Amino acid sequence: MYEHDVIVVGGGGAGLRAAIAADEEGADVAIVTKLHPVRSHTGAAEGGINAALREGDSWQDHAYDTMKGSDYLGDAPAVDSFAQDAPEEVIQLEHWGMPFSREEDGTVSQRPFGGLSFPRTTYAGAETGHHMLHTLYQQVVKRGIEVYDEWYVSQLAVTGEDDPNDRECHGVVAWDVQSGDIAGFRARDGVILATGGPGQAYDHTTNAVANTGDGVAIAYRAGVPMEDMEMVQFHPTTLPSTGVLISEGVRGEGGILYNSEGERFMFEYGYATNDGELASRDVVARAELTEIAEGRGVEDEYVYLDMRHLGEERITDRLENILHLARDFEGVDGLTEPMPVKPGQHYAMGGIEVNEHGETCISDLYAVGECACVSLHGANRLGGNALPELIVFGARAGRHAAGADMPEPKIETGPYDDAEREELGVPVGAPDSGEGAVEPAADGGPSVEGGVASSDPESVVQATRDAEAERIETLLEREDGVNHADVRANLQETMTENVNVFREEEGLEQALRDIQQARERYQDVYVGDKSRTFNTDLQHTIETRNLLDVAEAIAMGALAREEFRGAHWRAEHQERKDDEYLKHTLVSWNDGEPELWYRPVLLEGDEGTYEPKERSY
Amino acid sequence: MSTQTPETETETETETEQASTTPHQDRRLAEKRARADRGEAERSAAAQEIQGETLKLKVFRFDPEIADKQEPRFDSFVVPFEQGMTVLDALIYARDEYDSSLTFRHSCRQAVCGSDAFFVNGQQRLGCQTQISDLERPVRVEPLPHQDVVKDLVVEMDHFYDQMEAVDPFFDPDSLPEGELKEQRQSRENHEKVKMATRCIWCGACQSSCNIAAGDNKYLGPAAINKAYQFYMDEREGEQKRQERLEIIEQEHGVWRCQTQFSCTEVCPKDIPLTEHIQELKREAVKQNLKFW
Ligand SMILES: Cc1cc2nc3c(=O)[nH]c(=O)nc-3n(C[C@H](O)[C@H](O)[C@H](O)COP(=O)(O)OP(=O)(O)OC[C@H]3O[C@@H](n4cnc5c(N)ncnc54)[C@H](O)[C@@H]3O)c2cc1C
Ligand code: SF4
Ligand code: FES
Repeated sequence: MYEHDVIVVGGGGAGLRAAIAADEEGADVAIVTKLHPVRSHTGAAEGGINAALREGDSWQDHAYDTMKGSDYLGDAPAVDSFAQDAPEEVIQLEHWGMPFSREEDGTVSQRPFGGLSFPRTTYAGAETGHHMLHTLYQQVVKRGIEVYDEWYVSQLAVTGEDDPNDRECHGVVAWDVQSGDIAGFRARDGVILATGGPGQAYDHTTNAVANTGDGVAIAYRAGVPMEDMEMVQFHPTTLPSTGVLISEGVRGEGGILYNSEGERFMFEYGYATNDGELASRDVVARAELTEIAEGRGVEDEYVYLDMRHLGEERITDRLENILHLARDFEGVDGLTEPMPVKPGQHYAMGGIEVNEHGETCISDLYAVGECACVSLHGANRLGGNALPELIVFGARAGRHAAGADMPEPKIETGPYDDAEREELGVPVGAPDSGEGAVEPAADGGPSVEGGVASSDPESVVQATRDAEAERIETLLEREDGVNHADVRANLQETMTENVNVFREEEGLEQALRDIQQARERYQDVYVGDKSRTFNTDLQHTIETRNLLDVAEAIAMGALAREEFRGAHWRAEHQERKDDEYLKHTLVSWNDGEPELWYRPVLLEGDEGTYEPKERSY
Repeated sequence: MSTQTPETETETETETEQASTTPHQDRRLAEKRARADRGEAERSAAAQEIQGETLKLKVFRFDPEIADKQEPRFDSFVVPFEQGMTVLDALIYARDEYDSSLTFRHSCRQAVCGSDAFFVNGQQRLGCQTQISDLERPVRVEPLPHQDVVKDLVVEMDHFYDQMEAVDPFFDPDSLPEGELKEQRQSRENHEKVKMATRCIWCGACQSSCNIAAGDNKYLGPAAINKAYQFYMDEREGEQKRQERLEIIEQEHGVWRCQTQFSCTEVCPKDIPLTEHIQELKREAVKQNLKFW
């Protein structure tokens, strides 16, 4: 068994920042991550990082834009603390040597981004995430923080009280990808999940293959609710063949969208008469798909994004990476041709329910970054607001886990008795296969879900480790069955077909039925590769299970939320219903029976209450 | 499961009836069998249907644990070719359709995570960045040379990481501007000077292509020296750290080992002028009048 004060799961921007903060508080920290930190998906972020740094801008304006962008599904305590901490955190990165793009006077450059009332997006070319990830990793190296890289975390070691609010987290179970060894990791003070997004639930996504929602799913099965999962961001400019992202920076710098008729449709068809191409992402994504649906798309699939008029000098100075991406992944020369683009899954606004210190309802279990939902982005994330989220909330969670004094949180977490619950009438959760028939693999393993009944932390970790080893053994012993790749493909298909930018009741129900069927198939899953050495077959099999849980919550939330808010568009409900839906969707696992319930949105901030207004562009 | 000739392989359904099944299990097994049959029918139809252009992939296989794979060998996979297909796409197809034990690292599929550097047709390249249409066929994919093979295309990266970390790859200025919200100004020129060096994605292609690194395990290697360059050339680097860094790079197994063969520069997927950077650091060392080895 390994032992540390704080264990951070994940080495992306959020995990690295959390580890540094905990280290600065004097804790013995370790990062356990399935990829080497520099391979994390934060490295793919392109456009930039928002913070009110300049005269004429203020944290209040940043907070206001964020709340408005969220379509009033953000929680004010999260939004305010985010906007307040972001400037210091961004300058902190600068002090750590992050190579930001510079103005003539040597200060960092900022550019306009969608939905922002001030050009407050700081950037490093069109590869901001790469530089941020590497800058943070450099600080981890400098501090000598221990990194267990290529260790796959598959389970949390949590105590087994009935009420998730009474449970405690004592560590994690992980296996060494290279050797297959399974080990318990005991965390004396806290576990911080920073495992990133679940983009692989969709087949056209900007996300990495590693983004399988692992942290969300293991926290969910340990009793932490998933929050606002239906709020999925589709980015309007991804390359059609691969889903590779063309940064919003292109539109920020003045790039223009055209339909097949050569019309600048954002203006000409009035989707966003004031802001045009720089309207929020949900607005632009819907506009593009409407153009395509009405026959003004190119090859019925995509539209054009043109940056040629910006001129070679400006493009190579600020968007050089985009030229490489368009050339290498779509065979298009952005200097001489317009680039084909279409919407693709991009970001999960929802995730593990946490408060503004990153705490979940289980003691000593934290979550930060894209896997978490502190209710910052609500129903729609503004471009450039995820990277600052990683460092702001990463730092807070790291400090808190390491024992720093912090004020009482204003955001509540965890199930409570008189929450408003909702039935969906479609089967969800662990399939009913009769007594004892559910295969351990489909259920997540014997005895672990809901935790271990013991008060001694080491025994909790040990018992969880042993149960996990048994589960993996069972999976590896099976001689034949279904390949996880088939299950994953079914899942991605139905999510793309039915739970995309445009959503209809019938389709959402279909998705839930398909997911249920995929779960049934998953009970027969087997791992073809019997080797313990670097067994990616095993890893992908377990990841697929995680995707099923996450996708199900997305579809459940989408079906239950009968309104149109931010990224969540419903054919049958074309208005935002503030009387009914100023509330967060939560899904709790309840030992295999997902339960859907709600918690009211918090609109009271540090300087008064945010009044919901119409979003117009 | 045999992996010798995946292109002709058809899986047979070997499910046997179990005595103690419940009605639920029976139903499930029946459904499963139906699916598997359909799967097989579809698979063989698909195999016959690969009429369009196909592509032959020869992939290096090795697994220290599996008797069948302990002796390194090449497996061939026939994959349907589509315009725009990359080496990584072809590998994923082979894995998902033919042999789930085929093992390689990959994640971002957009040339930024650095995990899928392979030896493709005799050159170090990123699988995701390499178009099949740019290659001669059959396409041969091997693990990076001069690195221990863990399994199939996965190589041991620890040595590479150790070398990277040996140059103190972090920014370490002497002082910071007063006030928490003040940035340390950097001129645009200086930003330009170090810009290319900051692009490294730690893929290890350069190290693997370098003859010197192959013969001298202690040689820091192009990627690590480039990291040092990034910080050494930064006008904001602290004086003391500069000195320390110079000592690291001009040590016995540092910059002077480089024989300017340019192979690193040639293979770097991020177009970093590695050899030039090494040469510049040699000049710095001379200017500072330090040791020659
Ligand atoms: C293409 C693209 C461009 C973007 N551009 C921008 C932008 O310009 N501005 C902006 O603000 N946001 C942007 N975003 C969003 C933002 O980059 C992401 O939300 C953010 O980087 C996520 O960071 P993270 O630290 O939460 O997760 P990640 O960086 O994804 O890291 C997850 C980590 O968890 C580890 N992990 C996962 N599962 C396990 C497991 N089971 N066991 C152990 N370890 C595990 C992984 O190894 C990895 O280290 C972009 C996103 C994409 C996809
Ligand atoms: S310098 Fe280039 S080839 Fe070498 S590790 Fe970095 S990106 Fe890869
Ligand atoms: S998959 Fe990330 S560099 Fe190729």
